Amino acid sequence: MNILLDVSVSHLGGAIGAGLAAIGAGIGIGQIGKGAVDAIARQPEASNDIRANMILTAAFVEGVALFAVIAGLLAVLKA
Amino acid sequence: MFSSSRFEHGHAAYNGYKLEEGKIHAEDPNEKFYDLSITKNVVQMLLALIILVSLMIGIANKYKKGQGVQTAPKGWQNAIEPVITFVRDEVAKPNLAGKYNKYLPYLLTVFFFILINNLFGLLPGSANVTGNIAFTIVLGVISFFVILFSTNKHFWGHIFWYPGVPVVVRLLIMLPVELLGVFTKPFALIVRLFANMVAGHIIILSFITLIFIFGSMNAVAGWGFSPMSVLFAVFIYLIEIMVAFIQAFIFTNLTAVFIGQAFEGGHHDEAHH
Repeated sequence: MNILLDVSVSHLGGAIGAGLAAIGAGIGIGQIGKGAVDAIARQPEASNDIRANMILTAAFVEGVALFAVIAGLLAVLKA
Repeated sequence: MFSSSRFEHGHAAYNGYKLEEGKIHAEDPNEKFYDLSITKNVVQMLLALIILVSLMIGIANKYKKGQGVQTAPKGWQNAIEPVITFVRDEVAKPNLAGKYNKYLPYLLTVFFFILINNLFGLLPGSANVTGNIAFTIVLGVISFFVILFSTNKHFWGHIFWYPGVPVVVRLLIMLPVELLGVFTKPFALIVRLFANMVAGHIIILSFITLIFIFGSMNAVAGWGFSPMSVLFAVFIYLIEIMVAFIQAFIFTNLTAVFIGQAFEGGHHDEAHH
């Protein structure tokens, strides 16, 4: 039990959290890209609108993933 | 007001003040003063301000004289006009139907200020202004007040009495969620910009410092690894340039979306589906 009180364990937690967030971001943005590419394949004329929406949605998902990165940074920096 | 070079890196006292361990102390311990020294962030923000104001006012004067209105645009007008038109037609008009002229100055200011500070922050040796939580908090709070001052009673009606759900759900779930939502939306704006910029800079710094880490282990490893590291750093730099534009656009777009959500409403006669 005492080993959990080491500061290094919080560093470990922060790093693991950031890594999991990267997985989440990868899956999420991959789904967005898949949907966008499928939609462009169906209707190439709408490709500009689809691209704009894809970038907007990807920024949302990336924002959430970066929340987790900030939480990880706080876990590491605030001991 | 005096230059900090008077302190000679901490070895000299000047005018009753001395520099100790990076903080300025008064020689008389009872004297209270505010240290308003200009930091690197402030210098970069002032530089961005000067560039932005001089550029935009110069272009606006040219438009007033008719250059770009009756004749073809010249010089910086060519570069800035498509960007302003983009913000007006893709960000302001779709989200703020009807009242976009009122909000366009604020949206354009936020877009260009964030963009210029993002791009400056990428130059080596500059200050990471947009990666500073204080800067993004101020921008988020200003956006929060702009959104707050454009709300109408439909907005507050939806928050306190969300239509289309049972009354139990309305009071127990939708009320806290919607009230929190008023605050979490600007909060997400703040953290999104801050985290994107900080993460990009940390990645670039990590690749460069990896050279020194390898170098301290073994001089050959340091030299050998540096081409890889520099290549990766350049790759991330290119991505960061794209992220600089995207984050400025996202902040502006989401602010416009939230302002639009604040004063829309009155479409209760249509069926929600």
